[in-house]
Amino acid sequence: MTELNSKYVDSGYVQKLILRSLLFLLLGIFAVYYLMPLFVMITTSLKSLEEIRTGSLIDLPREVTFAAWKTAWSGACTGIQCEGLRPYFWNSVLLAVPAVIISTLIGALNGYVIAQWRFKGANLIFSLMLFGCFIPFQVVLLPMARVLGIINLAGSISGLVFVHVIYGIGFTTLFFRNYYVSVPVELVKAAKIDGANFFRIFISIFLPLSLPIIVVTVIWQFTQIWNDFLFGVSFSEAGTQPVTVALNNIVNSTTGVKEYNVDMAAAIIAALPTLFVYVVAGKYFIRGLTAGSVKG
Amino acid sequence: MSEWLEKQLPKLVLAPSFVAILIFVYGFIGWTAWVSFTKSKLLPRYDIVGLIQYDRLFVSPRWDVAFSNLFVFGFLFIVISMLLGLLLAILLDQKIRTEGIIRTIYLYPMALSMIVTGTAWKWILNPGLGLEAMIRSWGWESFTFNWLVDPNMAIYTVVIAGVWQASGFVMALFLAGLRSVDDEIIKAAQVDGIPTWRIYSSIILPSMAAIFLSAFIVLAHLAIKSFDLVIALTGGGPGYATDLPATYMYTMAFSRGDIGQAASSAMIMMAVVFAIVVPYLYSELRAKND
Repeated sequence: MTELNSKYVDSGYVQKLILRSLLFLLLGIFAVYYLMPLFVMITTSLKSLEEIRTGSLIDLPREVTFAAWKTAWSGACTGIQCEGLRPYFWNSVLLAVPAVIISTLIGALNGYVIAQWRFKGANLIFSLMLFGCFIPFQVVLLPMARVLGIINLAGSISGLVFVHVIYGIGFTTLFFRNYYVSVPVELVKAAKIDGANFFRIFISIFLPLSLPIIVVTVIWQFTQIWNDFLFGVSFSEAGTQPVTVALNNIVNSTTGVKEYNVDMAAAIIAALPTLFVYVVAGKYFIRGLTAGSVKG
Repeated sequence: MSEWLEKQLPKLVLAPSFVAILIFVYGFIGWTAWVSFTKSKLLPRYDIVGLIQYDRLFVSPRWDVAFSNLFVFGFLFIVISMLLGLLLAILLDQKIRTEGIIRTIYLYPMALSMIVTGTAWKWILNPGLGLEAMIRSWGWESFTFNWLVDPNMAIYTVVIAGVWQASGFVMALFLAGLRSVDDEIIKAAQVDGIPTWRIYSSIILPSMAAIFLSAFIVLAHLAIKSFDLVIALTGGGPGYATDLPATYMYTMAFSRGDIGQAASSAMIMMAVVFAIVVPYLYSELRAKND
């Protein structure tokens, strides 16, 4: 789009300057609004409890201490246990990595079939999967808890991987299907004439094309699974909880003094992986968000 | 034989996912629906007795609070996020050199877990040491901002944190929409001397109807599913003042051992999502097939 302001304002340089300053002032105020909680979290985590009690919310720490970070990582109590976030952080890694890989792989194959090997009913299956993305998960919690018990995965990390793969398929299929649908069908026809089979075409033609959509899908799935709380709190038990559940337990732990600096350090630790992904691959993150909402 | 297999291969590849979706989405919805018509308490029972669970739900004062909270929270969350997102998108659309950085700052909350967001805002909004104490320390001794512990106002703190998290995302959606408007039309309007605000209100925004709809669907969906945010920010309290259907369902299922109530409240959530999403998906899919 063309620049509207400058075209419209031709009555002088000064007026334009005022408008631009106003614009940047507004943008700046909003930037402060979005950054303030992060700033408060970081400064609070670097203060001592004494300083938190006597100082004000937005004061910089007079004396920087990493004690709260150390406690949050390896000493804070999540209930009766006081091992900090560390074991739960690794639970989340052990949970997210396989769940992301498996659901992305399944989504790629599904998307390839639905977009390129159209058969009767394929669109109906796609619609059914798509709707599955939108259900409130509360509606599957009770039966899933029972099924996990029956197949002996209750309270385990494998059980959580299973749940995340199942309810991730809808989105991963959607991503790949929408990506592959723009590849001309003549490509598959030509490859078939050359004698290539289903998997051969997928591996040598489609996979090499897929890097951007793989990145988008992996980031989307990783963010969803890392940040999940509902499945984590419903299907885990002491020891297998993911990091979000442990963070919530630390914050709401009623034993001892309320250590706000530890809470904030723990919150930042739990947020670091997804923040890191967002900072290094923000472009793909946004593409996933918008692809997840604007279909077609 | 192998030729037959090769021909059926696409279907065979899709089959496991299809079966999984049938069981774990539609089968499970069916199970929950069934159980919501029974007298299930701690354990599920399968003899249908009618609408007894829904009757219990509708006379429960706690459900009443949860359900009206959904509309108060949902309405404010959606409207404020949309307005703020639109404003930010228009501000950012003025050819700004630092747009990339600013966009990154506005959107980063979307990468955070709602538990993290809730934890941060719980600290900021706590009356003892947070915002209230800060402004009092600046000399405004009578300043009071204790919504977090005020049963009548606590639900608005959920709105505050929710808007903070989601509005940047709405901005990204709208910004993409603004960029997709045909340049030629805008140039023509400028040549005709139409003022900027008129160009936005009469030409650009009306052509973005589809994006408004998408943003609405995503936000409504986020609002109905909001669970983590309430748990981390208020824990549903004070009392049950900030309960939402999602937290009500969870409490019934996992703390109260009342499976019947959990199932019926989940079905109501399902119905609300259904009413919003199905017409949308239907029109999307039909538009594509035309």
